[in-house]
Amino acid sequence: MRKDWEHYSHTADMGIRGFGESIEQSFANAAIAMIAVNVDPEKIQQEIQIQITCHEDDIELLFIAWLNNLLYEISTRKMFFSKFQVEIKDGELTGYAWGEKLDLKKHDPGVEIKGISYSDLKVTQENGKWIAQCIVDI
Amino acid sequence: MKNLKKRSGYQWFIEPSEKMRVPFILFGNDDIIKNMDENVYKQGANVASLPGIVKAAFAMPDAHWGYGFPIGGVAAFDPDKGGIISAGGVGFDISCGVRTILTGLNVEQIEPVKEKLANELARNIPAGVGSTGKLSLSKDKIDEMLAGGAKWAVERGYGTNPDLQRTEEYGIASGAKPEYVSDRAKTRQKEQVGTLGSGNHYLEVQEVVDIFDNKIAEAYGVALGDIVVTIHCGSRGLGHQVATDYMPLMLKAAKESGIDLPERDLACAPIKSDVGQQYYGAMRAGINCAIANRQMLMHLVRQSFSHVLPQAELKLLYDVSHNTCKVEDHVVNGKSMKLYVHRKGATRAFGPGHPSLPDDIRDAGQPVLIGGTMGTFSYILAGMKESEELCFSSCSHGAGRAMSRKQATKQYSGREVVRNLAQKGIIIKSASFKGIAEEAPGAYKDVVSVADATENAKLAKKVAKLAPLICVKG
Repeated sequence: MRKDWEHYSHTADMGIRGFGESIEQSFANAAIAMIAVNVDPEKIQQEIQIQITCHEDDIELLFIAWLNNLLYEISTRKMFFSKFQVEIKDGELTGYAWGEKLDLKKHDPGVEIKGISYSDLKVTQENGKWIAQCIVDI
Repeated sequence: MKNLKKRSGYQWFIEPSEKMRVPFILFGNDDIIKNMDENVYKQGANVASLPGIVKAAFAMPDAHWGYGFPIGGVAAFDPDKGGIISAGGVGFDISCGVRTILTGLNVEQIEPVKEKLANELARNIPAGVGSTGKLSLSKDKIDEMLAGGAKWAVERGYGTNPDLQRTEEYGIASGAKPEYVSDRAKTRQKEQVGTLGSGNHYLEVQEVVDIFDNKIAEAYGVALGDIVVTIHCGSRGLGHQVATDYMPLMLKAAKESGIDLPERDLACAPIKSDVGQQYYGAMRAGINCAIANRQMLMHLVRQSFSHVLPQAELKLLYDVSHNTCKVEDHVVNGKSMKLYVHRKGATRAFGPGHPSLPDDIRDAGQPVLIGGTMGTFSYILAGMKESEELCFSSCSHGAGRAMSRKQATKQYSGREVVRNLAQKGIIIKSASFKGIAEEAPGAYKDVVSVADATENAKLAKKVAKLAPLICVKG
């Protein structure tokens, strides 16, 4: 089975990893991995669309900025998202996320993420596939 | 690690090599050091290579692999020697800490109403993902809170003046600059004031089950069979956002200052730089946010107790943070110096007689609180004189994780954990079974050995052991 994203172990925290045919796709899949740290993405309806823009010249720092911006939207809008689309041009990222308002009963969220660390941060290509990964602080 | 040498029974060190400017010193017994993650050594050596570091980089007995700094890491920097301040060295949860409250009740008084009290606390304390506080603050009010800390909360009726006497820095972190905290950080906090959060944060009702030092216990007002309440939480979304905002700024500042970072999570800036001073002001505001938060939670605890056990009189034993950077006076090589002391997952532990301590407990030393996890013991300790010379008056902060969250969810079921603890008479209240599995007692190191090693290494002296009766998990 083809895998789009995964979690990996870190003593205190959690590693998230997205795979893709393009950098953009790996960023979008890593976002699902991040959501899946505290809620099952399958439980999230794609009712509301939001847009995120951020800029960084370094592709790895752009990945961090993307996840940080998402975290901010999750926290302030009290929403979860389960579908993402990313476009990158000259260090400028435009991302779209589809999701719904937090419903404790339906989503049964676990622990929330405090921040996105630079630890184990990589945006790289392996065997023709893009991988975007880092460790999130819980 | 072949470079690791034993200095004494509870002290180990790695001599400076390659880029290290000072040694890396670890505290712990043979077992703790043997089982310590190799990444702690690597990260400790990295911290020891940062500019302006004084004496050594340190790891407490509960140290484990963090990001940049190890969790349980302590390092002090001299501003006059090009010393740095690091957002990574404080961490995302700025001023995460522990507050232990005396209730004046004993276990016999609690037992008949335990379930009722647990329900009342669970109802009254906002906890878990998406929970909101009872108070929604405008940006102006947030700025007042960031400047005023726990004192701000007390002035608004959420506590008493004696509470402030028993909070580090008397309830207000100096040098806070709310203007250097972003609007995003303030927006995230608007509805999170007075909330517990999630993850390893908790509120516990505990019984004093052992006393190790009668004299200090008496000074602290702690006796066998007493009931205390402990709150563990931090600066919530605001602190997380401050760290998030300053990490990339510090990466750039480090590069511009020619600081070679072995790991990006060590992001830092010279103390004497704009970014360094702005972060310091924002981080200090984050400390005020955290202590105001714990003060407001204490108010909710008081309310809950007054509904169930009106005879209870809640007094603060102490509030101590374990993710901070503080400017402190320390004597190094016979010379008094003003140092920027980073403690990441480590507790300040001033010994007896320290001028910063309030009169009534100065002779006993600063109360130090080491939290366990649900179902395990916690400890009250007292700072020892020796730890000043050893590691800038610092000590352990908790049990420290032994197992990853991924592994814990595989190994434990949240429902089963709750059932097993119920059989031991411990009531768990949580919005999330998934969270409980991740925080299962088995996922943590043995807190008993951490407390023993802390005392044996002369970092802090054991005073009392606490066993949980009720735990409200975030």
